[in-house]
Amino acid sequence: MNEHIVKSYDAEFSEIDRTTAQMGGLAETLLADAFAALERRDPALAEKAVVSDRAIDQLEHQLQERAIVMIAKRQPMANDLRHIMTVMKIAGDLERIGDLAKNIAKRAMAVSRESTPEPLMSGLRHMTELAQRQLKDVLDALSALSAEKALLVWRSDASLDALYNSVFRELLTYMMEDPRNIGLCTHLLFGAKNIERIGDHTTNIAENVYFLVTGSTIADDRPKSDDTSTIFISRPPQ
Amino acid sequence: MNVQLAERPLATVFPGPATALAPSKTKITARDVNVFYGEKHAIKDLSVDIPDRSVMSFIGPSGCGKSTFLRCINRMNDTIPICRVTGKIEIDGQDIYDPQLDPVQLRARVGMVFQKANPFPKSIYDNVAYGPRIHGMARTGTDLDQIVSESLEKAGLWNEVKDRLGDSGTSLSGGQQQRLCIARAIAVSPEVVLMDEPCSALDPIATAKIEELIDELRTNFCIVIVTHSMQQAARVSQRTAFFHLGVLVEEGPTEQIFSVPHDRRTQDYITGRFG
Repeated sequence: MNEHIVKSYDAEFSEIDRTTAQMGGLAETLLADAFAALERRDPALAEKAVVSDRAIDQLEHQLQERAIVMIAKRQPMANDLRHIMTVMKIAGDLERIGDLAKNIAKRAMAVSRESTPEPLMSGLRHMTELAQRQLKDVLDALSALSAEKALLVWRSDASLDALYNSVFRELLTYMMEDPRNIGLCTHLLFGAKNIERIGDHTTNIAENVYFLVTGSTIADDRPKSDDTSTIFISRPPQ
Repeated sequence: MNVQLAERPLATVFPGPATALAPSKTKITARDVNVFYGEKHAIKDLSVDIPDRSVMSFIGPSGCGKSTFLRCINRMNDTIPICRVTGKIEIDGQDIYDPQLDPVQLRARVGMVFQKANPFPKSIYDNVAYGPRIHGMARTGTDLDQIVSESLEKAGLWNEVKDRLGDSGTSLSGGQQQRLCIARAIAVSPEVVLMDEPCSALDPIATAKIEELIDELRTNFCIVIVTHSMQQAARVSQRTAFFHLGVLVEEGPTEQIFSVPHDRRTQDYITGRFG
């Protein structure tokens, strides 16, 4: 991309890009910490994760203010306008990812005294790894301005949904086996749902990266395989 | 998975007043137009269709040929001895460079408004009445009065000047003078109105008034406007043409040109990256 004639305009773009990248990095760390806190039942780490979400929120505010000033000052056109608008939307998604990860950290505090059976955690761990990869890949797609990479992330979300499905069923089975598991499993179920939602936000970001680069929107319906909202739970046989 | 790109034309994104009119028929057709100022090749192989009852804006850096082409449409370049125009320009299918055609009659059909408001040093009334008089458009004084008041009304100036039609045109403010020139241009009932940077000397309020006026006038006229303000082109025109180094680089619906231009040169120019 050629530089703008007005150099300070380029500097402003670098600034909002840097802030977005910083938000992305913080969201990645927050997700890793939140899950580690859950897995190791480490309330101190969970507390750290909760606190670091505030930094993401602040960066989002900062970015929004800068973007508004840029629009007012520069009256951006074409790819410049797409750049500012998508960065604002991506920042919104990263902020939500931070919130969802923070929620996992809060649940980690709630269940820190419970013992968590390893088989229960492995599904969630696998989900977290997938979500982390999606988040990393989509941030890479953004920094490289690669529509192809964005499209790959967008398509890969189906496997995270499928995994959430099986975790959902697994947790249900535990609850049905022994009602004493219900408290723990409910927290884990919400945790899994949060990770699944994080995946959805990474696909939103992928869509925005695609639009930023190409000027077109992805017309297909997003590949979905989360059917947990239509599963009917019958009472276990007495 | 087979991912389809949305091929929705961007003109459908905002189906507001700017695009609400049905696509109109072509008013002006230019084919393989070349313009030379002596040795200088000012316009190269330009072909474009300009629709009726809509606004087309010409944008591009200084010296790109947009004003030169605008001046071809009413044969203003005829007045420059070293200027040579080849190719074909038609209005409603009629070749305007036909030797049989009287350029004075052509200029009654194709009015022009310039960058700097240039009212005659005459009264407001006479400024507007001048054209209809020399073209014999009014049989009686009452007819002429009506043409003057209607033209001033269409130009959005009537209420401001109706009590002082005898005052000199040059006594008006800059924005009022420019609207007086527009009233003068439309008084002879032209079919096409050419505007060469009509707002570049005006403040934002006067500019907004002219833009509002252009938006109203497009229901009756074919308007072509040269502007250096990208925002103005985006606001007032339905189609935009980008010129660079005498070449028409890209022409299309204004929404598309300013959001997803196809040519890299257009994108660089409208985003302020031109070296």
